[in-house]
Amino acid sequence: MPAIPLSHYLVLAALLFTIGVFGIFLNRKNVIVILMSIELLLLAINVNFVAFSAYLGDLAGQAFAMFVLTVAAAEAAIGLAIVVVYFRNRGSIEVEDINLMKG
Amino acid sequence: MTIALFVFYVFALVTTASAVMVIAARNPVHSVLFLILAFVSSAGLFVLLGAEFLAMVLVVVYVGAVAVLFLFVVMMLDIDFVQLREGFLQYLPVGALVGLVLLVELALVFGTQAVETAAVDMPPTAPPGVTNTEALGSLLYTRYFYLFQTAGAILLVAIVGAITLTLRHRPDAKRQDISRQVHRRPSDTLEVRKVRPRSGI
Repeated sequence: MPAIPLSHYLVLAALLFTIGVFGIFLNRKNVIVILMSIELLLLAINVNFVAFSAYLGDLAGQAFAMFVLTVAAAEAAIGLAIVVVYFRNRGSIEVEDINLMKG
Repeated sequence: MTIALFVFYVFALVTTASAVMVIAARNPVHSVLFLILAFVSSAGLFVLLGAEFLAMVLVVVYVGAVAVLFLFVVMMLDIDFVQLREGFLQYLPVGALVGLVLLVELALVFGTQAVETAAVDMPPTAPPGVTNTEALGSLLYTRYFYLFQTAGAILLVAIVGAITLTLRHRPDAKRQDISRQVHRRPSDTLEVRKVRPRSGI
């Protein structure tokens, strides 16, 4: 198989991760886009896991990528459930209001 | 440029561009659709790396379940998204700063270490004659069995949590109450009266 350098994958994952972090800062109010940014972060992690797993010839990386996928799915489900409940109670999803319970 | 490299560049470009659109799109529905595009093209990258099973899991679980869940929530909630974008430019400088610092740090890490291994040819991820799915399955069910079970427990907790959070009992909704139905007696609701002709009750 012709080699695509490993550094290509690492650069791609670094870009994805940066975009994800940037998205969290950019959309401070919209919690749904924040959740999507977290998905992007986890996708970047998975790209790293799978790339290293392929280049080192060790399947452990892919096994861990699967666990990351599991946790990401659970996190998305819980996060969206919280968003729905929050919207039902307050009629908006502005996350800046969430500190209302602060004493 | 070999074909594999060309395919890699196409998928990487699509992934990065759609990731940018996820955080920059005005309409969150478009954001979700770009997220789906990013997942699909990174599944292509996984196939390129020889991880077919994870690529299929990414398409089935992520595109089929998680992204559609996002789509449902975005469409169900009646949100004024224009109002939510206020302050978009206000957070731009600090976000750009943090992103830039992060990128430079990652570049430093990769620049000093990872490039040495870059010239290594890709070794097969599975022994010859064994598919990727088979190899991954035999690893998951033996060496990482407890982790696998824990992942299942995490999913169970997620199900229970999501259901408890969103379940609500509405008092005005009409529901079937079997025990009330069974314990209903004719004497409670029925009354026999004698009606004289042409008089009514």
